[in-house]
Amino acid sequence: MEVLQLLIGGIATGCIYGLVALGFVLIYKATEGVNFAQGDMMMFGAFLALGFVNSGHMGLPFLPGVLLAAIVMGGVGYGIDRVVVRQLFGQPQFSLVILTIALGFVLRFVAGTIWGYTPVVLETPYSGRSLSLGGVIIGYEDIITILVTGVLTLLLWAFFAKTRLGLAAQAASQNQMAAYIVGVPVQRLNSIIWGLSGAVATIAGVLYASKGAIDPNIGLLGIKAFAAAVIGGFGSLPGALLGGILIGVVEPLAARYLPSGISQMSPYVIMLVVLVTRPNGLFSQIQAKKV
Amino acid sequence: MSLLEVEDLAIHFGGVKAVDGVSFTVEEGEVFSIIGPNGAGKSTIFNLISRFYRPTRGRIRFDGQDITGLAAHQIAPLGIARTFQNIELFDHSTVLDNLLMGRHTHRRTNFVQDILFLPKVRREERAHRQRVEEVIEFLELEHYREKMIAGLPYGVRKVVEIGRALSIGPKLILLDEPASGLSVEESEEVAFWIEDMRRDMGLTVLMVEHDMGLVTQVSDRVLAVANGQPLAMGTAAEVQDDPHVKAAYLGTPEEDAA
Repeated sequence: MEVLQLLIGGIATGCIYGLVALGFVLIYKATEGVNFAQGDMMMFGAFLALGFVNSGHMGLPFLPGVLLAAIVMGGVGYGIDRVVVRQLFGQPQFSLVILTIALGFVLRFVAGTIWGYTPVVLETPYSGRSLSLGGVIIGYEDIITILVTGVLTLLLWAFFAKTRLGLAAQAASQNQMAAYIVGVPVQRLNSIIWGLSGAVATIAGVLYASKGAIDPNIGLLGIKAFAAAVIGGFGSLPGALLGGILIGVVEPLAARYLPSGISQMSPYVIMLVVLVTRPNGLFSQIQAKKV
Repeated sequence: MSLLEVEDLAIHFGGVKAVDGVSFTVEEGEVFSIIGPNGAGKSTIFNLISRFYRPTRGRIRFDGQDITGLAAHQIAPLGIARTFQNIELFDHSTVLDNLLMGRHTHRRTNFVQDILFLPKVRREERAHRQRVEEVIEFLELEHYREKMIAGLPYGVRKVVEIGRALSIGPKLILLDEPASGLSVEESEEVAFWIEDMRRDMGLTVLMVEHDMGLVTQVSDRVLAVANGQPLAMGTAAEVQDDPHVKAAYLGTPEEDAA
């Protein structure tokens, strides 16, 4: 029973890691770049939602408030690419790494300036309520997190597999010159993907915030999400999600049954084991592409 | 009115005048070739037409429309397709997917329709697939349809690139050294395809090529360039006999000294 309890909580937490990891994968799939500010974009999205929803601030109804936050953060993501990242066009990958790390600092500072550094709680209509199923208590926020993550992953998968824009993004990531000559506006597309990634980060942030208080440093969770994305194979959306869930589940189990300290190390231990045994990740696209 | 009009085109990279005052027109239904020694600026002319480069001066007009100020992704919808000297394909996709990407600008369904895979989407997809299948049949790529580009031999990848260009459904196709690196048989096949593109598909072909056999066989007119400047224009035979062209390829004592 206890294991089951830990498992469900772990899956829900893992979904949040997974969603942030999805943000990594989105940008990587489309632009071959890694956005190390992904965790901070999640944090910023959560604070935007808090600013729109909480009674002390704008006090909008929950759903419209969250949607508005996702849209605004989408715009912020688009703008970051349009104004900042695009300047690095043609530069070595590493400059993007440094740039996005710096971007994370900036977002943290801005959030701290606007909303302060003391932990605050997002007012949701469902937090704190729970369901009891045969001795296992499941929080509403966990159920919602799992459902929303599932739907969002499906939508993103369909976006890449089915839509004109998603296919164009995949094409552009494989060969930009070729994408241009078939009529893909590569740079604008990259900005759109950054926007999408900002919106997904916001949803992740709201789900995270519905489980507890937030402060401008919660974005550091992005490092765990990065590990999740690596475990999943970095180019794979379902891989990122499952990598996140794996970490989310192992953490509380390790905390409960293994010596102290192991739990905090566990995401990175899993990442190392995966990198050593299956260097392309558990759901590697490269392997699938070998014919 | 000519299909493509290039007027006093020039691009300078710093002090290097890669293209310097090239003018020519390509008539509808014509096969027009550009020849010249390596580094003459032939591919640069293509990259200017494709809008990868912004010309230092000059105008490019297609179908009466000035395209000099357009962005690179706005060229395909006008009906200009191209291949690259060094093959630019989507390497981790199949031949079929590469050709289907050529239909990108023809897709009319939106986001939501795509995700829901509505009948309209299916209908449109079938039409695109049919278009692509015609190209596959034309270039005899049936055998490679589901193969990943990364594993294909050079000659096949070259053909796939022509296939993707044709899938765009262009009026004008720019072929950048379509025969380079190909065997004699393969390059003869390319010659047949070019003939067919013109005759059966009504395409206009602008080609950069070193293989004078191919150039002579398919071209209506030939432009020779060297050091970014036009040397001679006319039929393949006329251009090959031109003293300036001979000098550019073989060098003259005076030029060697210079």
